[in-house]
This record gives sequence, structure tokens and C-alpha cells, in this order.
Amino acid sequence: MSEMIELEIPIEPERYELQALPTYIFKVDRRNFLKIFGTGIFVVSVLDHTAIGQDRAGQGESGRRGGRAALPKEIGAWLRIDENGDVTVFTGKVEIGQDIRTTLTQIVSEELTVPVKSIQLVMGDTDLTPFDQGTFGSQSTPQMGPQLRRAAAAAREVLIEQAADEWKVSRDSLSAADGRIINTLTKKTVTFGQLAKGQKIVKLISDSAPTVPADKWKTAGASIPKINGRDFVTGKHQYTPDIKRPGMLYGKVVRPSAFNATLVSADASKAKAVSGVTVVQDGNFIGVAAPRQDLAASAAEMVKAEWNAPQQPSSKDLFSYLKSKGAQATPAYSSGSMTDGLAAADIKGEATFTIAYIAHAPLEPRSAVAEWDADGKLTVWTGSQRPFGVRGELAQAFHIPEEKVRVIIPDTGSGYGGKHTGDAAIEAARLAKAAGKPVKVTWTREEEFTWAYFRPGGVIDITSGVKKDGTITAWEFHNYNSGPSGITSKYEIPNQKIVFHQSDSPLRQGSYRGLAATANHFAREAYIDELAHAVNMDALEFRMKNLKDPRQIAVLEAAATKFGWGKIKNERGHACGLAIGFEKGGYLAVCAEVTADVSTGKVKVVRAVQSFECGAIVNPDHLKNQMEGAIMMGLGGALFEAINFENGKILNNHFSQYRVPRFNDMPQIEIVLVDRKDLPSAGAGETPLMGIAPAVANAIFNATGIRLRSLPMVPNGLKPNTDTKPPVAIR
Amino acid sequence: MARITELHVNGATRRLDVDSERSLLSVLRDDLDLTGSKYGCGEGQCGACTVLINGQATRSCITQVGDIATKPIVTIEGLEKNGKLHPLQEAFLEADAMQCAYCTSGMIMSGVSLLTKNPNPNLQEIIAGMQGNICRCGTHPRIVAAITMAAQKIKGGAK
Repeated sequence: MSEMIELEIPIEPERYELQALPTYIFKVDRRNFLKIFGTGIFVVSVLDHTAIGQDRAGQGESGRRGGRAALPKEIGAWLRIDENGDVTVFTGKVEIGQDIRTTLTQIVSEELTVPVKSIQLVMGDTDLTPFDQGTFGSQSTPQMGPQLRRAAAAAREVLIEQAADEWKVSRDSLSAADGRIINTLTKKTVTFGQLAKGQKIVKLISDSAPTVPADKWKTAGASIPKINGRDFVTGKHQYTPDIKRPGMLYGKVVRPSAFNATLVSADASKAKAVSGVTVVQDGNFIGVAAPRQDLAASAAEMVKAEWNAPQQPSSKDLFSYLKSKGAQATPAYSSGSMTDGLAAADIKGEATFTIAYIAHAPLEPRSAVAEWDADGKLTVWTGSQRPFGVRGELAQAFHIPEEKVRVIIPDTGSGYGGKHTGDAAIEAARLAKAAGKPVKVTWTREEEFTWAYFRPGGVIDITSGVKKDGTITAWEFHNYNSGPSGITSKYEIPNQKIVFHQSDSPLRQGSYRGLAATANHFAREAYIDELAHAVNMDALEFRMKNLKDPRQIAVLEAAATKFGWGKIKNERGHACGLAIGFEKGGYLAVCAEVTADVSTGKVKVVRAVQSFECGAIVNPDHLKNQMEGAIMMGLGGALFEAINFENGKILNNHFSQYRVPRFNDMPQIEIVLVDRKDLPSAGAGETPLMGIAPAVANAIFNATGIRLRSLPMVPNGLKPNTDTKPPVAIR
Repeated sequence: MARITELHVNGATRRLDVDSERSLLSVLRDDLDLTGSKYGCGEGQCGACTVLINGQATRSCITQVGDIATKPIVTIEGLEKNGKLHPLQEAFLEADAMQCAYCTSGMIMSGVSLLTKNPNPNLQEIIAGMQGNICRCGTHPRIVAAITMAAQKIKGGAK
């Protein structure tokens, strides 16, 4: 048995300033790995200082800090090659339908030259995988991708060195292919498994090992199907609500009468009298656990609770409320002077856009199975995007160290930014603790629509000026509450003032796929269209005139060409619109064709062509799938999705009352992928959602002359809108 | 209260002892460990719980076991025969007609029911047949493609 230890951590002053711990990390990890997994070849990816900085700075997208981790935060991911030649990759990222399991497998396969079927990803298990801040922000491909790429590349180099030692030959004559090292001179081969057998090799890497350039990719860059797809089409995959533990009970929480309500009194005597039912009352929490779900539900109904709820704002007052509560803030971006910019304009205008709260409505509702062992260790299976964040929440809720909590995330029935918190996990764990048995809590759809958090509502005010020749001279943009993502654009405008104003949200709000970039793109691109119309310029030509970024221009041209922009004649009731976008490293353009009839109120998006560029594409078909899905999902928020609420209660908490896109909402969707193999891969889960709403808004205007400045645009069908004043000539 | 003591699921008779008013979905999932059928809304609005009863797509979450106890039930777990997937399951894989795939079981069961009634559905017929199933990830175009592909496979004798 040999033991090889390597340290390849560059020492530079910044590292010491941030975290001078590489040696210490190594000792801790080596011990842990060897203890848990015995023999094999291990490659550990240590985050470089930039990544650590981002990790620390970016803690609070939603929910609380992740807290202290058992494995140091400086470890990004690690992989193991065992004596069968199988590769196990450990990453704190989770699979929620974005197909990142497949993407990351492809990346490892490419560098290690092993078939995808020999690679298993262990994801989002706080006892086994390194700390990870969470799966959001389209960061898995750009951040975890490179880490696994270099870990796999380093593993390949270790294997080559091993073979060179064993055969007493120069490593120059050796290469890796198909899970083997080959001596290109003698044709002798040895499998990875044979090289790993009986070894204890741990290699830490933090610099860039030589990796395969994108234009030479074979497995990465290919449309590999969903890696465990068969388990999903057969119903075999177990999501959290499908998990059953020995002796498990079903939990049900007694919900407050309204948001922010406090418990005045509760009489649970009837519920407690039911055989097998456990009732827990702890502060504001009341819940029951029972041997069956229907028994738990009926026991919860037997609890007579009295709540005291404060008066709260309602959706009809939402936008004036948000604006009145908006805080002053320093601009996110400013340049030149708005006074000068407006003075230079021939035409100017002002507009207000509004954005409703919407629900994520993941088809798998929040769910958790919690189990305490005899030593007081808590294990929770739950669908979440932040396994370590949920662990932190549990540790905090139960006053136990994080080492006493294990959170495991089965591949989850989507999240869309809605599963950052551990609500169901805490509920299940509280009930399990009282019952002394494992407990599963699965939220009903009504609970999901009510007690989850929402995409923030908001108000956006724009003031702008443009010259007759189409040059935008001034752009002032204020977003109240919905958020700062995507608040700036690629338009070249000399005088700008762009401000995000935090406000006081009447509802619990949080992350959402694309965050506020959807709202900001909607307002911006719809108003850009108004400016183009005011100067009698074609929407495409007007945008081209005000853009310089070649990547933004390239995607716009790609979409316009595929769509046949200008070839489809706009007519009453049937017209086209376009929009562009840039966010999270991805460039977007959308052309939409709609039919719209104000007499019937009907709007139908008949065709959408969307182009996207996010650097080198790892899996073209899955990228296409994400983009198609983003358009479909985006249509909901664009046309009809809105949470209606009144005095602390949600008024439409069922699918029968909250309309989501269905098959008959589906346009003909065409996707144009712009593959830039010379650029690093950016994430693609979110940005493709941002362009459909403004493209449809602009098409509706071209079909009807109606400007719609609210998301959703047609919740009760298309209606004339007399509130919108177009930009006007001032000379 | 009436008791149900057997159900005919996926070609087998399953013994159990449940209240006839329980939802078929909860009995399948919690009593028979057939968790392929999913809870999505409990109100027959999303289709994630869809199973076949007498070959007909049925929302198991709003079906009481007492009403279907004598009828043949097929769940997603019962489509695969001797290790061979149903052509629509194959088509879902080939079209990669899923993302999070939580809706997939229900989509496939609704699709199988549709193809049984109409072996060669056009786009409008597929939309009408699948309208009651929600896919929140937005894979609708791929699901349509998979159903079309499966129709071809079945016609070609793949079954």
C-alpha cells in the first residue's frame, strides 16, 4: 500500500489575508476521507481565494447563513476512484430538474476519459459532500463545473503517474482513454481500477490543471440524455415525499389564521385523545403526528386554536404601499447627468410598471422526513436548494451542533428558487422529536401556495429621453422592492441613473428563478419599444443603434434571422414583438408572434424564437430543454400568474384559482443556440426566462395599440389600457 | 365504515384492509408502497397522481378506493413488462421529455390513456388530452413530441 500526498496550493498574500489554512484543511480532510472511504485515489478541489470571497460575501440570497460546516468551506468538491474503476464525485450542489447531475457527470467523463455510466454523483448530503452555499444563481455550471473539471483532470494525471511508476516508463508515452492508461508504444494497458486498488492517494488541487479545451470536447458538449432518466419514467426514483422509514408517522401542522398571527390559545385535548396521535405545542407551533396522513389531517382539524392577527396590506393596495415604503438608496449605476440627457432629447417620457407577487408552485410541494437516532443525531431528507443552509436552520432551531444534523437532498421535484429554506424540515424534526419516531411532513398544495415565500412584487418607474435619430440620451430607472438583478443593460446610454429601493414587503418574499431580472427586463424592454415607436423606428433597428456589445448583437441577429423579423407583416390582431437581455453571463434575444383580440380578450402566443449565448455549451439538448421550459414558465408570469391577498390571507391558493401555463398555452418554440467554445460556460437556468414577457408585450401593442405595463399582463383577458401615456415630442 | 380488502393493481391482487373512503392515491403510496404516482394538489387539478382504471386515465387523489375496488388499476410501476419499457416511456427518454420529472408519471399515464383511445393523435388532440396535467418546468413541447413518437413506435409494432 502506498501513500502519496501532494500539496499544490499556490501561496500568495491574498490567501493569507482571507484564510491561511490550506495545511490545516488538508489534515482534516485526509483523515475524514480515509476514515469514511478506505482505499482509492482521491482528488480534492480547494477553492481559490476568489471563490472563497464569493462564498463568504454571497451568503444571504435568502434564508439564513449556512453556518459552520463539518468539512471546511475551502473544499469545493472531491472525487474518488475505487478499485473497480468506478468514479464517485461529491458535490454539495443538488439536482432540481436543471439536469446539473448530467452536466457535471459529462464534465468529469470528459477529463477522466471514463464512460458516464461509471460515474456516480453524490449530491447535497451534508455528511458526505463538501460545504456548498446552495444551488441557485445559475452558478453550478460556471463554479462547480470548473472545479470538477480540474479535479478530474488532476485525477487523470495521478493515474498516468501511477502507471508510469509501475511500468518504469516515461509518462510522455502514456495516455488515458476509456478508463484505462495506455502505453502508446507497447499498447500495454492498465485499468483505473487496477491502479487504484490498495492505494491511498490524496491529492489537493487548487490551480488549473491542464483541461480539455471546449473545441476538443467529446462527452462534454454532447447531448447526453438525463443520466438517471429511466428511474423517472418508471416511477422508481424516490423524491422526498416518497421516502418511508420504519415506524414512520405522518405530520400535519396547524396553520395560523393569517400571516404574522400569534397563538392566543389552543385546545388540543380531542386530538390528544386519538390513539397513536402525538400533539406538539411549542410557542407558535402546533402540529400533530399520526400513523396515517388522513389521521394526521383529521387530528389537526380537531385542534381548536385561536390566533391573533394584525391588520395587513392587501394586493389592491400593493403598489402604492411598496412605493411609499421604498427606502432611499445609492444608485446601482449612474453615469453623466439626467438633466443633460433629457435636455439633449427630442422626445421624452415617463412610465410606471408594476409586478405582482407570484408563486413558484413546484409540483413537488415542500416535504421532509426527519429521524432522530439514540445519540441525538438528526437526519432529514428534504427537497431543498440549500442542504447546508437547512442544516444550519435545524441546528439553530434545536440548539444542537451542526455535526449532529445530517441533511440529505434526493433529486427534487423542482425549486425555481423557492426551496431555499427548511420549513418542512423543521416541522418534521420537531414532531419526530416529540413522537420518538421518524415523521414525514408533506405540505398540501394549499399550504405550498400560502406558507412558502413568493417572488417579490414591485413597482418600476422609468424616465427617458431619445433623439429623433433614435439615440437614447437619458435613462432613469427606479425599482421598488422587486430587486436589483438585471437592473442594468447593455444599451449604450451616456446619461443614466439606476436605483433599487428596498421596501417593506407585505408578504414573505424570497428568491425566484431569474429573480427581479424578469421584472427589470420587462419594464426596460417594453419601454425601449415605446421609445422606438416614438421615433418611428423598427424595434430591431432601434436596438441595434443603441447597442455595441458584440455578444448582445450576435444573439439578437441570430433570433431575428431565425424568426424572419420584418417578413411577418404586423396587422390588427396578429403581430410580432422582440426583446433582448443580459444577465448572469448569458445573452438573450426573443421574438414573439401573438394573436390578440380586445373584443374577446383573448391573447395567444403562437410562436416564440429565442436565441441564447452562455459561452461553451456543455449539453446542447439540455440547454434547449431549459430554454423551452423557461419560455413556458415565463409565459405564466407574463400573462396570468398573480398571488391575490387580503389582510394576511392568500385568496387564490389552489391550481383552480392560480392559473399556471398548460399545454394549450404552448407556442411553437424555436431555439437558436449560439455556442462560444472560446468562452467559459455560464449558467442557463434563469436568464432564458427573462425575455418572453416584454417580447409578448411589444407584440400585443403591435397587434392592438394597447400598451401593457403590468405583470401579469392579461390576468382577466386583454382589456384597453387608458393609463399609459406614450413618450412625447418636446421639440 | 366499509372496508376494502383487496385491489387489483398492475395485474396482481393486493390484500389490504383500508377504509373505503380513503383516496386511491394515499392507499397506493402509503399502504402499497407504489410511490410512482405523485401528490401534486389533491384536487384533481394537476394530474401528477394519474393512474389507469379500466384503461382510462383517472386522478387517483380524488378517487375513493371503495369506488374502484373491483376494477383493474395500472400505475406507472405496471407499464414496464419483462424489463421492456412501454413505448411512451421509451419515447420520454428519447425526447428527454422531463426536467425535474415529478409530473412524468402522471404525464405518461395520461399519454398512455390518450394513445389507447386515439392511436394517432394530432397536435390539437394531444393538447386536449393532456390539458389536465401540469408540468411546471415547461417541458410541454417535449411531452407532445414524446407522445407523437410513441404513436409511431406503437404503429410500427414496437409494443
